[in-house]
Formats: sequence, structure tokens, C-alpha cells
Amino acid sequence: MAWFKKERKPRTPVRERREVPADAWEKCDGCGHMDIRDKFERALSVCPECGKHRRISAEEYIELLTDEGSWRELWSNLRSEDPLLFESYPERLTKAIAKAGPADAIYTGIGRLDGLSYYLGVMNFAFMGGSMGSVVGEKIARLARRALQKKRPVVLVCASGGARMQEGVYSLMQMAKTSAALAQLGLHGIPFITILTDPTTGGVSASFAMQGDVILAEPGALIGFAGQRVIKQTIGQDLPEGFQTAEFLLDHGQIDDVVPRGSLRDTTARLLRHMQGARARYEMADAV
Amino acid sequence: MATAYTLEFEKPLQELDRQIEELRRSSTERGTDLTKEITALEAKLAAQRDEIYLNLTPIQRVMVARHSRRPYTLDYLSTIFTDFIELHGDRLFRDDPAIVGGWARLGGQSVMVIGHQKGRDTKDNLRRNFGMPHPEGYRKALRLMKLAARFGAPVLTLIDTDGAYPGLGAEERGQSEALARNILEMSVLPTPIVAIVIGVGGSGGALALGVADRVLMLENSIYSVISPEGCAAILWKDASQRERAAAALKLTAGDLKRLNVIDEIIPEPPGGAHTDHDATGEAVREALLRHVGELRKVKPDKLVRRRAEKYGAMGAYTEA
Ligand SMILES: [Zn+2]
Repeated sequence: MAWFKKERKPRTPVRERREVPADAWEKCDGCGHMDIRDKFERALSVCPECGKHRRISAEEYIELLTDEGSWRELWSNLRSEDPLLFESYPERLTKAIAKAGPADAIYTGIGRLDGLSYYLGVMNFAFMGGSMGSVVGEKIARLARRALQKKRPVVLVCASGGARMQEGVYSLMQMAKTSAALAQLGLHGIPFITILTDPTTGGVSASFAMQGDVILAEPGALIGFAGQRVIKQTIGQDLPEGFQTAEFLLDHGQIDDVVPRGSLRDTTARLLRHMQGARARYEMADAV
Repeated sequence: MATAYTLEFEKPLQELDRQIEELRRSSTERGTDLTKEITALEAKLAAQRDEIYLNLTPIQRVMVARHSRRPYTLDYLSTIFTDFIELHGDRLFRDDPAIVGGWARLGGQSVMVIGHQKGRDTKDNLRRNFGMPHPEGYRKALRLMKLAARFGAPVLTLIDTDGAYPGLGAEERGQSEALARNILEMSVLPTPIVAIVIGVGGSGGALALGVADRVLMLENSIYSVISPEGCAAILWKDASQRERAAAALKLTAGDLKRLNVIDEIIPEPPGGAHTDHDATGEAVREALLRHVGELRKVKPDKLVRRRAEKYGAMGAYTEA
């Protein structure tokens, strides 16, 4: 698996910026466990002691969920505009691009998973908190349309604080835009899986994140519609322990399963094979 | 009635109203005929009111959209629809009074009307949760939409909510899922859908009744991804900056028309919808009849295709 190959060329700005040596010590903020960084990394940033899942980058999810060398990014040239002339939005965009790359808050592309080619979108929380604006909406809509045309499954890895406020009602309308495109997958028997990571809230959770044929979540991920501060203010009391975690949602019948990061790749691949059915197995052989 | 003008920017009107009231009182007390003076003041009041309402700022429109005397869904159901039969419940958990819906007639034709419902007084508001639905409200709405589609009836939605309710039960029962499902299903529902924002179009809780072939807004209604207060609190850590946020969010009917998100603005009476429910209803009725009439001529599959194309084109981006 590509993940463990030491000599792979770094494809991510995040990794490029890492200047900490692999033998530096790190501390788990779940249990306080100390270990060398390399050990955390080999465990996909899951604490070997308590199993706490740290956030990992969008680039790492792409690596985790695609066969080595199979990922091809699509529509990386889409850029946000400032349709409302919202104060300091252009400056914030410039900063976000410098920090998280030019792909806005989602990478979209095609890759293979255990040989099966599929369309993958991975939200980039580092880009303005994974907020959904016109670019995120357009990329997901294109991904869905292309997948429909090519009859290939879609997987979306979600990580978002919600809507991109600076795009006002346009950001709200991306919920309808993505939904309208993804609805076609269901009508045409194209499998669609969503993977909810920490955090998945607001407009993203109230649209495509919760529309998957199968909805998976990482352990401990914060998932919900409303923000915890807002809920607390509204009800005037403290929230119960574990409220809005992946496990809470599983308990309440809102998601299909909580899957540890180490099994995410395998579970996703098996689900796709189940759902893609005979036609996909037949088509699997031909390359993209 | 002195209390007709309760909003801050209506202060000058309040004062004129008070003067008129005083003249009326002294006219009856002293038996003198002050009709002329009263008429003059009333004309002055009307002119000043029109002037104010012609130039509302975004935050003032927010106030009008939230006005506690604005016509709500049930008001429209009693003024412009006939033969209304309310249908309750999501068949899963309970009936959510924050959304009402059922069969009704518009111009003699059967339609499915679904709308957010705020309460008129405190007791009513507690029952209706201030028009902020739980998941079961949205699930009831979807049930009724599918029911309408099964019989080829148009779906008419009336939007007026600060948002879907942010509470414990709502999260436990899947508020996100309920909204997400409505938005998805409405995008492919094979029957005409017309949505009207009649007051406050509050984010996902509004959109979950708002994916439609035609989206209309009353002149003083608002539609936004977040409340001005919420936006100000997040961006500037200061909810009192709501005036600045209201302007920045571009949430008025005029803004949404310019952004091509809505199809039409329905004019309100000179002093706002709350001053004349009947006139407002008549304008809404005229618009609904016209749009439903047009949409009825389109085959369902074409309707759905056009709807998808419409939403597919929303947003603003460039290709570098
Ligand atoms: Zn730990």
C-alpha cells in the first residue's frame, strides 16, 4: 500500500512544509501517550494507545483511498469569485490558497481502489474550514455528472464547518446544486458512498454528506447539523457526553457504520464491489 | 391603533399615529368635527410610511420580514385558498406544528400547500416552536410532496423560518438527514413546485422546502445562508454588528433577483405585508396562479430536467 512507502514523492504542500524529523516525539491529546512521530504516521495518525483519530490532511485521504499512481485530479483550475463583494473575502481567499493550495475546499478526481476505478472528492478542511462555496458545489456537481456519464461510483470524504458565508445565498444554493446532481446517481444505479470525518457540520452535513447510499464515519468525528455553541445557547443546558460524535450518530441510526481509519480503505473497496455489481466487475478491467 | 408601528425605524409614524389618535379622541370628547385635520394627518402618515418603506435598508427589511403581524402560512390558507384539509404527521415519530400542510384549492384546482408556521402569541409559539421545525416536520413535508406528485398535483411551499431547530432531539433524530433528503428529493420530484419566501428564509431550514421550479419572494422577505446576527458573531465576534452583516450578506429580495437565485419579487402593500393581509394575499394568489398555470403545461420529466439545469447553473466561479 502506497501509504507505507517511505520513498514516495511528496504530493502535498502539507507534507512539503513538514520540517520535523521523523524521530521527533509527539503526544496524543486524547490520552497523553508519547511516541515518535513516525509511529503515529505509520498508524495513520491514530494513537496506538487509545485509538484517538487525529485529523489528517485531504492529501493523506487521497493517498489512503487510491492505488498508488492512479489518482488524477480534475477541475483543479476552478477558482472562487467574490460575487457579493463581501468585505475581506478576496484577502481570505488569497491566504487560504497560500496555506492550503489552489484547489479550494475540495479535491476532485478519478482514481482506482484495488483496481476499481471511481470518482473521488475529498474536502480540504485546511481551506477556510472546508466551507462550501460555489467552487465546492461546482466540483461536486461535475464529479457526479462525470461519474454518471462513465457509470463509475462516487466517494466523497467530508470535512466541513458548513457554508461559505462570504458567498451568501450562493453557498446555500450549492446544497441544492450538489443534491440535484447526486440525485441522478441514485436514479441510475451508480453507487455513492460518503465518509464523514472530523468535523462534518452545517450545510455539508445537511446535504451530500447525508445522501450517500452508504454513510461511513471515522471514530470520534464531530458530525451534526447545528454547532454545539448554538445548541447550548438555544436549550440553555450542557450537552450530553459524546453528543454529535460518530458513535452517537451510529447509536441513533443516522449512519451505517463507524470505521477506524486503518480499515477505511478496505471497507470502502468492499462496499464499492458489493454495490457496483456484475456490470462493474466486468468493466473493472479496462483502464480509465 | 397606535401599536401598528412597532419597529424602530417607524418612530416618526408612531408619532403621527399618536397625533391622529389624539385628534380623534378630542373630536368625540368635545363633539367638534376634526375630520379635515385628521384626513390631512392620515395623508401625511401614508406618504411618510410609503417614503420609509420605499427606502428600507437591509437590516430594516430583516425587521419587516420578522414582523409579528406578518401573514403566516395559515393566514394565506384562509385568505387565498379554499377547501383546505390539513394533513398531520410524518408517520414515524410525531406531528410537528412548526410546519403545516395539506390539500387545498387555488382557483378551483387541487394543490398541496406546505409551509412553515410561526405562532401569533407566546402560547401558540411554544407549540409551534417559533416556526423552527424538527426533522419530523421536514419528513411530514416530504411525505406530502410525494403524495401530491402521486396524483399530479402542484406543490406550493410557503417559507418562513429562522431555521431548522438546533436542539438535542432534532440532532438525535437526524436534522441533517431530514434536510438533505428533502433537498435531494425535491430536486427530482415529478410535479410542479412553486416556493414563496413569505417572511424569513433561514438557511437550510428554508431550502428544505425551497427547491422549486419557481422561487418567488415577497418584497420585504429575506433569504440568507445565516442570520445577520449569526454572521456578525462569527466574523466580527460581535452580534451587534448585524446591520453591517445584513448589508454584506445580500439577503433582500432585490439582491436575490439580481443574483438570479429567485424568479420574481411579489410586491407588498405600501406599509409592508403586515399592514394589509388581504392585499398581500391577492398579490400572492395572482403570482401563484400564473406560475402554476405555466408549469402545468410542462411534462414532469422536462420539469425535473429544467429544475436540475437551473440549480446546476447557480454560483459564481472562474476557470483559471
Ligand atoms: Zn491516545
